[in-house]
Amino acid sequence: MSNQIIADIKRDHILNLLAEGKREDGRELDEIRKIEVTTNCIESADGSARVKIGKSEVIAGVKIIPGTPFGDSPDVGVLTTGAELIPMAHASFESGPPGEDAIELARVVDRGIRESGMVDVSKLCIVSGEKVWMVFIDMYALDYDGNLFDTANLAAVCALKTAIIPAEQYDLGENTPLPITCTPISITEVKIGNDLILDPNFDEETISSARMTVTTDDNGNFRAMQKGGKGSITRDDLTLCLDRAVEKGKEIRKIIG
Amino acid sequence: MSGHTDMVLVDENGMRIDGRTAEEHRPVLIEAGVLSNADGSAYLEIGKNKVLAAVYGPRECHPRHLQDPNKAIIQCKYNMEAFSVSDRKRPGPDRRSIEISKLISEALEKVVLTELFPRASIDVYIEILQANAGTRCAGLTAASVALADAGIPMRDIVPAIAAGKADGHVLLDLNKEEDNYGQADVPLAIVPSTDDIVLLQMDGNMTREEFDHAIDLAYGACHEVYDLQKAALKKRYSKTSKGADSDE
Repeated sequence: MSNQIIADIKRDHILNLLAEGKREDGRELDEIRKIEVTTNCIESADGSARVKIGKSEVIAGVKIIPGTPFGDSPDVGVLTTGAELIPMAHASFESGPPGEDAIELARVVDRGIRESGMVDVSKLCIVSGEKVWMVFIDMYALDYDGNLFDTANLAAVCALKTAIIPAEQYDLGENTPLPITCTPISITEVKIGNDLILDPNFDEETISSARMTVTTDDNGNFRAMQKGGKGSITRDDLTLCLDRAVEKGKEIRKIIG
Repeated sequence: MSGHTDMVLVDENGMRIDGRTAEEHRPVLIEAGVLSNADGSAYLEIGKNKVLAAVYGPRECHPRHLQDPNKAIIQCKYNMEAFSVSDRKRPGPDRRSIEISKLISEALEKVVLTELFPRASIDVYIEILQANAGTRCAGLTAASVALADAGIPMRDIVPAIAAGKADGHVLLDLNKEEDNYGQADVPLAIVPSTDDIVLLQMDGNMTREEFDHAIDLAYGACHEVYDLQKAALKKRYSKTSKGADSDE
């Protein structure tokens, strides 16, 4: 996602604006774009959500099926997260198996969901050592205008919140909602020059040197982080990212309910 | 990070199962120039981790579509040997190793003077011979030494180490048990001359205070590892100048 080409004139334009503390689309440096969430949009999935942050859009679907637990955790359900950057979302995305960008995206979203304990996997046991519910979260980028990390995280979280365990389909009792304990929210910022800007759009992301994603839980504790990109961030940058992640995380939790 | 154990990881005296205090890292051994074919190489042990890193290049970039007309690219491959963990690891790249390879490449990009070698590739191979938590940091630390050993112009060397949390205590450099049964892991790599962060990940559960403390510990230890990296390179250099006929 970071090897795009952008016109020098556009780069200079963004840098000149930033020197005055402004952004191309008129946002504050720490302002997130409009968030739109549509849940339960796919009937064939056990939970689904289509999320837009600005013009970036990701659809996430959850499939829950009975399967065999891992040997070292016979009573615990299984959680798997995947992401694909499909060619329809951007001219630079190619078809084929997920590349390193898609893998990193999926793994960062996965860590936020897994480490926050959002899905209570201890309640997903059917028969100890033999059968547990396996939760598959699959995310597809539909439209790419920067910040797929937060868009994908939000799509996955919203899809999980609406997910129903389809027990009746497998003669395993009544359908029940997937046990959810909290709402992990990721906040991504990129560094351009000496500025850290929140929720970068495509142009901002393309000229940025480094990226930092911080995922918090409902209590404002940190559950996952990932620094990306070929540049570096300072300790002060990190402090700002942590502050903003807590503050903005709260705001987004209010929006998605 | 998700497992549970009755094992006491930190006792009432603040002592850890391998006899360390919370703020101590495991013993580190670094040796530069350990392979003959590679342009540069390094062997590193930290606790029970055993890691080899080798550098080839700058050389022609393959696949060619990855070439950058303005600078060299760094292509790192992090790989775990099948026998490096208690269950046999299925050979070949998995999602975890692809992610780690990407992050290590990016971290090294900051210090290597890639602009000196347009269109070239600098290939970094990291092989984890034995894993005991903290392999990405061990791999990156070794790779930096191997790059320097290869004579690649660099702004600085990158040291890396993790901090984390186990039994509710913030600890430096988690071992395997602490990593498996602990509550958080924070790998950090910095550019020591500027203290800039080039690699940072976190997973688990930490408050702001715990996280800040963990970062402080990791920063301190990075500077210690940095001294060991430099010492390893100096040792390699003095060896070469003394026994000019024995090497090459």
